[in-house]
Amino acid sequence: MLSRIALFGGIYNNYLALEAALRDIKRRGVDAIYCLGDFGAFGPHPDRVFPLIWDYQVECIQGNYDQSLALGLSDCQCGYTDPRDNYFARISYEYTYEHTSPQNRQWLGTLPTHRRVQLGRYRVLLCHGSPRKINEFLWESTTSTAFLRWLCQTYDADVICATHTGIKWHRALGNANVVANTVSTENPAIHSCNEGQARPPDWHFVNVGVLGRPENDGTTRVWYTILEATPQLRVEFVPVEYDYQRLAREMREERLPEEFIATILSGWWTTCLEILPAKERKRGRF
Amino acid sequence: MLMPLIDDQTPVVHLAHLDHLWFQITGTLCNLTCRHCFISCSPHNNNFGFIPRDEVEKALVKSVSLGVKEYYYTGGEPFLHPDLVYLVCRTLELGPVTILTNATILRDDWLQRLARAEAESPYSLEFRVSLDGYDAITNDAVRGAGTFARTLRGLRRLIDHGFLPIVTVTHVDETLSAEQLYYRFVAMLQEQGYDRPRVKILPLLRLGAEVQRTRSYLPQERVTKEMLENFELDHLLCRHARVVTDRGVYVCPILLEAADARLGDDLTSSLSSFALRYQACYTCYLYGTICANTSSQQRDL
Ligand code: SF4
Ligand code: SF4
Repeated sequence: MLSRIALFGGIYNNYLALEAALRDIKRRGVDAIYCLGDFGAFGPHPDRVFPLIWDYQVECIQGNYDQSLALGLSDCQCGYTDPRDNYFARISYEYTYEHTSPQNRQWLGTLPTHRRVQLGRYRVLLCHGSPRKINEFLWESTTSTAFLRWLCQTYDADVICATHTGIKWHRALGNANVVANTVSTENPAIHSCNEGQARPPDWHFVNVGVLGRPENDGTTRVWYTILEATPQLRVEFVPVEYDYQRLAREMREERLPEEFIATILSGWWTTCLEILPAKERKRGRF
Repeated sequence: MLMPLIDDQTPVVHLAHLDHLWFQITGTLCNLTCRHCFISCSPHNNNFGFIPRDEVEKALVKSVSLGVKEYYYTGGEPFLHPDLVYLVCRTLELGPVTILTNATILRDDWLQRLARAEAESPYSLEFRVSLDGYDAITNDAVRGAGTFARTLRGLRRLIDHGFLPIVTVTHVDETLSAEQLYYRFVAMLQEQGYDRPRVKILPLLRLGAEVQRTRSYLPQERVTKEMLENFELDHLLCRHARVVTDRGVYVCPILLEAADARLGDDLTSSLSSFALRYQACYTCYLYGTICANTSSQQRDL
């Protein structure tokens, strides 16, 4: 059984941040390392990511981007609807597709879309967007606790870990009194969240963050997560410093959009803003 | 009253999960009388009335046990409801809220309370503000004299209270593409000093008052079983939403005038499936989740 694991997602071709994170994880020591998908997008040289993943024996699941690349789909399935977002999404998808070797694309196609892990007493479910949909955005400010509890109940998990949105967050769901007060027992067909639980559940949702780009907070750091059963769940978000100047230089050499480079250098998102809910959007600059 | 198509071609959609709970909080009562309003709202249309506060609270309690993810308040004009601000504050304790408003009757004290409630909540409060032309001439022709200026004042108020309203534009000007319209609005809002304009283009629903303004659906504009064979059903609102009204729970906010769209008295009895017997369903088929906060794009046919 595992007691301490490291997780990250959204590498977005940022092999420099990946390497820095993996070194840091090794130094701290964990029982296993997991990547929750989206290897490509945004950054330069997609094929530099894969050897690192294999060297460090990272266990992986598939993201929507990886699924698209493996299946040769025409877009990344991020579901942007803003014309400007779509324009940029297309550039990065086409670049990543062309620069990912057929072998690596095929490897992405072999990855599972979910994994289950026993961490101490916690049944942990790893997924990319949400357990029910690979490209579902679960933002902190638009995902109710009641819904997350429904997910835990429906998917038989104490802890659900996802990535996809690009911004880390954690919510403990077990002591959410709004739900506990109002459990329904009238209709057994309805998923009432506490039924059949001997002790109050200790459920959690964790978005483990991304290594590929900063999280719209005006710093150049990126993030991974350490989960530990102590025996209670401990969630630690770990910032990663890496050579972002070099990444920006390489992006420029690859003629990737200046808008992307600006994000790497400033920490503010300049694209894909339309999908941000009000609260997350207000924290950013644009 | 909307007429259903009666044949064996209509597909049935099951509710996958109740993600989005809507409140038709002021029914069909609105301070405006827009010429394209798909449920013909006006100051005098009381086909649907205000939902009493305790009914909303009952549905909120139920919604938590159902695992509802997000809440929407619509009308009519939601701010006509005397308890709207109270109810939105209360809902923000449970989940994210979106208010669909024409922004013409907003008051500073309401917005202060709402801003405080949002700041204390982990959840977002979104405002979707309807504006259908990028200038007074194009907008007021549809929404009524003076509404362009009034709505812009409302937007300014919202921004001044720290909100980032989403301007929702119905695609009434069919001479422009959705993309052209989008950029026109972005430019107009920037000129007005809204430095982070959020714009959502909404397709026309050829229902209600819009039928008189332009036309109703053509016979071929409908959804069949065959059309849904390789279709991502999650794009349909009825797959993951229900709307509470003062006259029971309906399948979606679009079909309020269809008799069989009323599924039950309360949420528990309204989780059944629904047959897409209405031509408005064709608009959902073409554009996906048109009621979501982000724009939807027409699919390639
Ligand atoms: S479109 Fe909106 S603002 Fe206009 S009449 Fe209908 S409900 Fe009222
Ligand atoms: S109008 Fe749209 S949301 Fe309503 S039942 Fe038809 S397809 Fe579903």
